[in-house]
Amino acid sequence: MSKNGKPKFAMYWAAACGGCEIAVLNINEGILDVDANFDVVFWPVAMDAKYKDVEAMPDKSITLTLFNGAIRNDENAHIAQMLRAKSQVLVAFGACACEGGIPGLGNLSSKQQILDTAFSTISTDNPKELRPQTTFKMPEGALHIPTMYETVKSLDQVVPVDYYIPGCPPESNQIAAVVGLVIKALKGEAQLPPAGAVIGASQSTVCDECKRTRGEKTITQFTRMATFQPREDQCLLEQGILCSGMATRSGCDARCPVANMPCVGCYGPAPDVIDQGARMMSAVASVVDSKDPAEIEKIMRGVVDPTGTFYRFGMPRSLMRHAKG
Amino acid sequence: MGEKIGVYVCHCGSNIAGVVDVVGVAKWAEENLPNVRVARDYKFMCSSLGQEMIEKDVKDLGLTRVVVAACSPHLHEATFRNACKRAGLNPYLFEMVSIREQVSWVTKDKTVATEKSKMLISGGVRRVVHHQPLEPLFVDINPNVLVVGGGIAGIQAALEIADQGSHVYLVEREPSIGGHMAQFDKTFPTLDCAACILTPKMFTAGNHPNITLLTWSEVEKVDGFIGNFTVQIRQKARKVIADKCTGCGVCEEKCPKKVIDHMFEAGMGTRKAIYTPFPQAVPKYPVIDVENCIYYQRGTCKACEKFCPTGAIDFDQKDEMMTVQVGNVILATGYELFDARRVPQYGYGRLANVVTNLEFERLSNTAGPTSGKIVLRDGVTAPQTVGIIHCVGSRDIKYNVDCSAICCMQSLKFAHLVKEKTGAKVYNFYIDIRTPGKTYDEFYRRILDEGVHFIRGKVAEVTDAPRFPGEEGKLVIQVEDTLAGRQLRVPVDMVVLSAAMQPRVDSKEVGQKFGISCSANGWFIERHPKLDPVATMTEGIFIAGVCQGPKDIPATVSQGAAAAARVLGLIGQKQVTLEPVRASITQDNCSGCRICNNLCPFNAITFIEDRAVSDINPALCQGCGTCVSACPAGAITGSHFTNQQIMAQIEGVLFDLNVQGAREEMERVPA
Repeated sequence: MSKNGKPKFAMYWAAACGGCEIAVLNINEGILDVDANFDVVFWPVAMDAKYKDVEAMPDKSITLTLFNGAIRNDENAHIAQMLRAKSQVLVAFGACACEGGIPGLGNLSSKQQILDTAFSTISTDNPKELRPQTTFKMPEGALHIPTMYETVKSLDQVVPVDYYIPGCPPESNQIAAVVGLVIKALKGEAQLPPAGAVIGASQSTVCDECKRTRGEKTITQFTRMATFQPREDQCLLEQGILCSGMATRSGCDARCPVANMPCVGCYGPAPDVIDQGARMMSAVASVVDSKDPAEIEKIMRGVVDPTGTFYRFGMPRSLMRHAKG
Repeated sequence: MGEKIGVYVCHCGSNIAGVVDVVGVAKWAEENLPNVRVARDYKFMCSSLGQEMIEKDVKDLGLTRVVVAACSPHLHEATFRNACKRAGLNPYLFEMVSIREQVSWVTKDKTVATEKSKMLISGGVRRVVHHQPLEPLFVDINPNVLVVGGGIAGIQAALEIADQGSHVYLVEREPSIGGHMAQFDKTFPTLDCAACILTPKMFTAGNHPNITLLTWSEVEKVDGFIGNFTVQIRQKARKVIADKCTGCGVCEEKCPKKVIDHMFEAGMGTRKAIYTPFPQAVPKYPVIDVENCIYYQRGTCKACEKFCPTGAIDFDQKDEMMTVQVGNVILATGYELFDARRVPQYGYGRLANVVTNLEFERLSNTAGPTSGKIVLRDGVTAPQTVGIIHCVGSRDIKYNVDCSAICCMQSLKFAHLVKEKTGAKVYNFYIDIRTPGKTYDEFYRRILDEGVHFIRGKVAEVTDAPRFPGEEGKLVIQVEDTLAGRQLRVPVDMVVLSAAMQPRVDSKEVGQKFGISCSANGWFIERHPKLDPVATMTEGIFIAGVCQGPKDIPATVSQGAAAAARVLGLIGQKQVTLEPVRASITQDNCSGCRICNNLCPFNAITFIEDRAVSDINPALCQGCGTCVSACPAGAITGSHFTNQQIMAQIEGVLFDLNVQGAREEMERVPA
């Protein structure tokens, strides 16, 4: 508790796009409840703070920390460890913190390949083949910038996590509900779910919330949104669009399918599922309607980017985790 | 977890102990694996003493889980489950680890075999703690039986079952039952006529009150499982109304269209466009060959309809689908003759007087196109010399590696028939003579005594190009006589090729339809090559006769009867116990995406519209796991194969990474 008697709140942005931060502000007037009920001690995007201020805080002094973003470099990892020590409740907030997210697709390439792409491709003017250095000696002393890791990790691959709020970004109504629950719990009016739980989401998959009619699935061709205008009343997968809704945890009110766009899988795997991408692949492969190997091959060629489609958000926390070698 | 696990490592005589350090493995398991209360090795775990050892430990040490590392679960899983059951432990709290088929039989390297045994046992130990006690399911067995194929194997099986009182649906693709045997002339070694011994059985089958004969029919679809199969059968349109037809044969007589009969007469004779394949055909009703019938080609003729005294011809008849419920299925789909054109150097199809074994059977058959006269293709000239070539397409890596089992005896029979009917000089060209049946070798000696010439060697070619005097106008057989060690050129008038038996071209497709597998070349695979030759890996599906592999008539008949006995045994039990390994859907997690809906091979999954979730009927589910792996929400669980069990087993198998601290190395994502 801080001097004003309010529990302390922190939010941090690691390897992520910033959408999660916006999503929190998107709870509209609810943000005033956050301010009314919490003493915001650390939230770099919203207020000035220094890492050394956090370091100076006693362990477990922050009640609630929302951590968004994956762990891409040693700065991310350092702050994750520091916030873990300072927080009573550490929440992996958003797809990147939960699963590794979009930055996790970097795990298909080695660090070297990524740097080569960024600094040595034909579109880059870098005749001396320079690479970013993590330390640089100045007369005043050595300067350090964070060291990029070989792979991207989810938050729980670095520190223990109490809760997960999935989504890219999490839906504002779900954030508001979680914030409301924590406030109630602090007042003793509600109980927090068991540690390790996924909160701000439901127990089934997106199809459960999708209003499109679904029939038995027999796919003879995959197609892409760029070349096809799907019907608005029929399951997208049945129309040959690779919609990840069936393998993605529900809780978003099926926003994308409602807007006639396929689910991209940001809410992560369904409960008790280890590998969302593998689930999605075996499901899709199961309903390809052919017994002729050549035709199956032809149909499957319609899946243009399997890894990027099925593991768009989940690569670092999948069974494979990253490309080998 | 607090489980007490007993681990038992079997020596299997020297089968396992010869390669795996079984004593060391047991000791290691007791010292290193979690929850292991006791680990022992024993000479033969499957012996009653081995089983009693388990039972005693369960009782005395209070074991709650048992792991046996021995042979494959196919062999002895049931044995050890029963041992657990006798000791009062739920049989599904047992796990079997295969260290024979998967370890000792596949390597001679003792070190790696011992290490791999440890890995697999570690997986088993870590899996078994997650096992749940399960109770078996019982289902009633429908006493009706489907027999597919109306050759001698199918007829024998059908008769055995029908005589016992169960109902049989006998399905045959051709217009008549009888199969290949009906085409043969004499049968070896007794030389009794094939038709004389077969047709009474055909007649009995055709008129048996417990047999529904479905000729000119094919099985389209099979659903269900042992005890409860639903079979869809297509009855092809005969264009003849069976209820009205008396089988008088007038239609056949009056039909103006002659067609070469490639099926029954093997191309040696003709039939009409409306026909029964042979006079003793069962059933007696003819069929119209739509492809050759003048009416279907030009829209006029109808001679058969005009002359039919009972008005039985129906040109508009359509294929009919019927659905039957059966408890068991016997497949007796037979074989196809190897196409001798594939051995071009023997000239079949190019040289007129080179004939196949089936053509020879028709030539020699008194009911055949030449009334039993063995003549050249001109239809009049009797051959003066005949060469019979064994192993055409058999025992040849280019065609079929297997011995066709009957060709030697068949070729000896041919030699005898030629001698008897024409007095011609006969040469048999063989690789090895194989006469393993009762009185078969006696028959061989008889043929030797009859003066037939035997030349040991694989024929190089049959040619009509003469090189030496005396070869003009003859077929010359070029061969190395491997016993005399010299090249021979033998001029003959007629060459008979003993072509191989080979699997039906659609055997793989048929196997898939019934859920059984074929060997690489296409013979159906039996459950056990020695101890269970007529059962298959699919419960309730049996195989009999040549569809399982080449064999002669007595062996085929024995298998037909054996399959029938197996089926009758099951019918007698009235109920069958099913593995409780079943899939189930956690309704709260099911989003009703309907991915699983048309995947189930047993049609056990239904979609409940009002709740928008899918559900599995446990009585229909066979625990195959298809839906479990397909469910994108992970809402379907396969009992005894849960995620937890499988992941624990995988982690256990990776034990060496654990002990050497290398597991952390694997877990560690490079920084």
